[in-house]
Amino acid sequence: MTGPLHEFDRPNSYIGKSVPRPDAHRLLEGRGQFVDDLTLPRMLHAAFLRSPYAHAQINGLDLDAARAVPGVVAIYTGPDFVDIVAPYVGTLTHLVGLRSPPQMPLAIDKARWQGEPIAMVIAHSRAQAEDAVALIEADLDPLPVCCDAETALDDDAVVIHPEFGSNLAWERMVDVGDVDAALAEPDVTVVERTFRFGRHTGVTLEPRATLVDFDPSEDRLTFHYSGQAPHMMQFILAHHLGLAEEDVRVIARDVGGSFGIKIHTYGDEIASAAAAKLLGRPVKFVADRYESFLTDIHARDHVVKARMGLYPDGRIAALDFDDLTGIGPYSMYPRTSAIEANQILNLTGAPYELPNYRARARVVFQNKNMMCQYRAVGHPVAMAICDGLLEDAAARIGLDPVEVRRRNLMRDDSYPRASAAGMKLDDLSHQKALEKLVQDIDYDALRADQAAAREDGKYLGIGFVSMVEVTNPSPMFYGIGGAPISAQDGATVRLDAGGGLRISSSITEQGQGTNTILAQIAAEVFGVDIARVRVTTGDTDTTPYGGGTWASRGAGIGGEAMLQSALALKGQVLDVAAVMLQTDAASLDIQNGSVIDASGERLSLTDLARTVYYRGNELPSDLKPELIATRHYRVTDFPFVFTNGAMAALVEVDTDTGLIRVLNFWAVEDCGRVINPQLVDEQIRGGVVQGIGGALYEECLYDEEGQMLNATMADYLVPMAGEMPDIHVAHIETPSKTSTLGAKGAGEAGTGGAPAAILNAVNDALRPLGASIWQMPMTPERVLKALGKV
Amino acid sequence: MTQTQDVSLTINGEVIARTIPVRQNLVDFIRTEAQLTGSHVGCEHGVCGACTLEVDGQMVRGCLMLAVQAHGSAVTTIEGFGERAAKLRAAFLARNALQCGYCTPGMLASALSYIESGGSADSDEIRAHISGNYCRCTGYQAIVLAISDVIKGQS
Repeated sequence: MTGPLHEFDRPNSYIGKSVPRPDAHRLLEGRGQFVDDLTLPRMLHAAFLRSPYAHAQINGLDLDAARAVPGVVAIYTGPDFVDIVAPYVGTLTHLVGLRSPPQMPLAIDKARWQGEPIAMVIAHSRAQAEDAVALIEADLDPLPVCCDAETALDDDAVVIHPEFGSNLAWERMVDVGDVDAALAEPDVTVVERTFRFGRHTGVTLEPRATLVDFDPSEDRLTFHYSGQAPHMMQFILAHHLGLAEEDVRVIARDVGGSFGIKIHTYGDEIASAAAAKLLGRPVKFVADRYESFLTDIHARDHVVKARMGLYPDGRIAALDFDDLTGIGPYSMYPRTSAIEANQILNLTGAPYELPNYRARARVVFQNKNMMCQYRAVGHPVAMAICDGLLEDAAARIGLDPVEVRRRNLMRDDSYPRASAAGMKLDDLSHQKALEKLVQDIDYDALRADQAAAREDGKYLGIGFVSMVEVTNPSPMFYGIGGAPISAQDGATVRLDAGGGLRISSSITEQGQGTNTILAQIAAEVFGVDIARVRVTTGDTDTTPYGGGTWASRGAGIGGEAMLQSALALKGQVLDVAAVMLQTDAASLDIQNGSVIDASGERLSLTDLARTVYYRGNELPSDLKPELIATRHYRVTDFPFVFTNGAMAALVEVDTDTGLIRVLNFWAVEDCGRVINPQLVDEQIRGGVVQGIGGALYEECLYDEEGQMLNATMADYLVPMAGEMPDIHVAHIETPSKTSTLGAKGAGEAGTGGAPAAILNAVNDALRPLGASIWQMPMTPERVLKALGKV
Repeated sequence: MTQTQDVSLTINGEVIARTIPVRQNLVDFIRTEAQLTGSHVGCEHGVCGACTLEVDGQMVRGCLMLAVQAHGSAVTTIEGFGERAAKLRAAFLARNALQCGYCTPGMLASALSYIESGGSADSDEIRAHISGNYCRCTGYQAIVLAISDVIKGQS
């Protein structure tokens, strides 16, 4: 070996490379281990009777016929759990004023949304349990409902929780500068729009699923879980079932999509755990698709009245909006249902210089399924409000949508700084991202294509968004308010006798490639071939303590902990090697599984480890080798580590049918250090498609009585391959200074930004016709209404 | 509802004979009686495609067919595709055409039937063919490219 190696020449260089996912092989051969794939001895199955009404008095349940069904082992109703389960309340102290009543897994006196569990049957098979559920005679009196968020605060509205006196759950105001004075300035052009964002939901292909085992001899509960936050669930199960936390083990093996859906407290899951505890044997519950639509958390459901003023030169004078959101009858535990509205106030306008900003959010109860945090919490609403108004106002004063951004985006050299709402920002690149996007889409040519198409009677539209994304949250997100949700994560790395690395981490894998990037980081930082690394995640018994994977925190927080633990282990190993080789540790390095110095290989890791583990007699007695290291990491100086991006959409609107087709989509994303470009690109693409779903197709439709009208996959439209465009992804890398790794998150960007870009593109297409649309999803009917055709 | 019937199916080359409730659908039979859990259940009404598998040479929805209807049939599931799907699996891995992996067995089954029936590498045609298979994670582009790669590699 001659001369020092440059960092980029090192063997075992994986960070920044598109390493294929080692764990994909299992999934490609049908050897995944999803919860419903597991079978335990003496396992029973749960099925639930759910309220058919959105609001009902429960007078009584006649269980006799149900009990007689062959295979039925037990039936539980709400009162049965009063002494078994401590009620839970979805409030956090930092969301001052948020209120929500105590909740129990099964409704007791009243049911407050269609789908709320009322009774649970435990039987030897799911089919038997369902047979019995069908024979429960429920004496229910339907009650008047409050379903429409827009009338929920009216004097004559049905108050869902009479003890509160109104349906208001939470309210927050932000008021910066002088909005009224700015909008009243004579040269300011003001646009005002009412945005409507329909309810939609995650539609994870694997439904929510739990398999709970309880061993009464040790008071030990094991919860096989399809979800994102094992340690959070450990606390919840222990706390509400009266167990010690150390006696609760939560295991998340393969998770068939989550997107924020499987990170909450669901009554049917808590009831399954309670039943397992009472029966002392395993209970499995797997939601069917109907149950998923009625009870998986929904998202969005916002009506936003908003206005923006532009000066003649295109600078934003002020942004002002009022957001009203319906969250169902309870605030979801433990993350609460006020976070989305809070995020909207925090994020709207955050890419721009915004001297005057005023926003109000009101969060109201209603008799619909609960609303809570789903991928890109608040982002699609926040981005659509600001960028929708920005392009609307720019068109009003005859300014190009790219140019108006150039005049308003925060300068790339202006950080660190704060947004109008007070969010601390650093390491962002809005200007670079926009200019790269303009170049990538060949903007002038695209506009020429649009003009030519219009000559042919086709209505194409080009729309943009400049966005921020919340990633790597600190304890300021949840922990500060009392939630049992860790903002720090840990990673352990162990050198085994065979020379391989066994790593474990508290972040979780739901398909993003978490396990792969952990292996990449450990292998590179420590110095082994990635093929020698094995990864464990998703088990509270065997991983360090931490938050899991959500809010785009896995790579940035869990990745940094992995990096630090691998660095620590490397130091420990080199200290041992230095003694064994009788040299200075500073002259040694680890590459390809061997300790090296400038002359080449000196000692294989296998020899080193076998000496330590088997032949300690060969080592000096004062040497205390540690071939395992654990490190933890949390974000300290910022509440969140923001990322930024710029996206563009090209759409065609069929003005006869109202159908919108997305012809092309581009995203330029700055998520700091990219650990695995392919995995990041695929996160962006999947996110964009999820955003297109919300913008064009997906909506949980309810009638006036609170009955969900489209609770099947045949009726609720999700994006399928035939309608989706190719998505072009490019990167700018501005590493975060908050960590050595410099990685930020990328999971929410597409879902957060795409709806605004699509909205702007559709309105760009409609503009020559004097029409515009401000409601998502932008269904054909709504487009035709906007055009005045129906 | 408790009526039962004897069935015998050959699943991935192994004969599985059971007495089962007549209402049991094929994918539940495969998952519970044959204990092959690679075929997934996503919607139970034939929309999502997660349970796509092969019965006597035809790709079917395992949730829309009763197990008794498959009596005497030869069934192939993800666990039995073997070498037939080797190139497809390699292409899915290379393109990262799967994330959570829950749709993957059904997606591979649909892709396999497309490729084996001489489907073209044209992305619009591939997109049309897999439009009965829902994937929430990938956005589909990587899947389309993986299928296209296999077809181009064969021609």
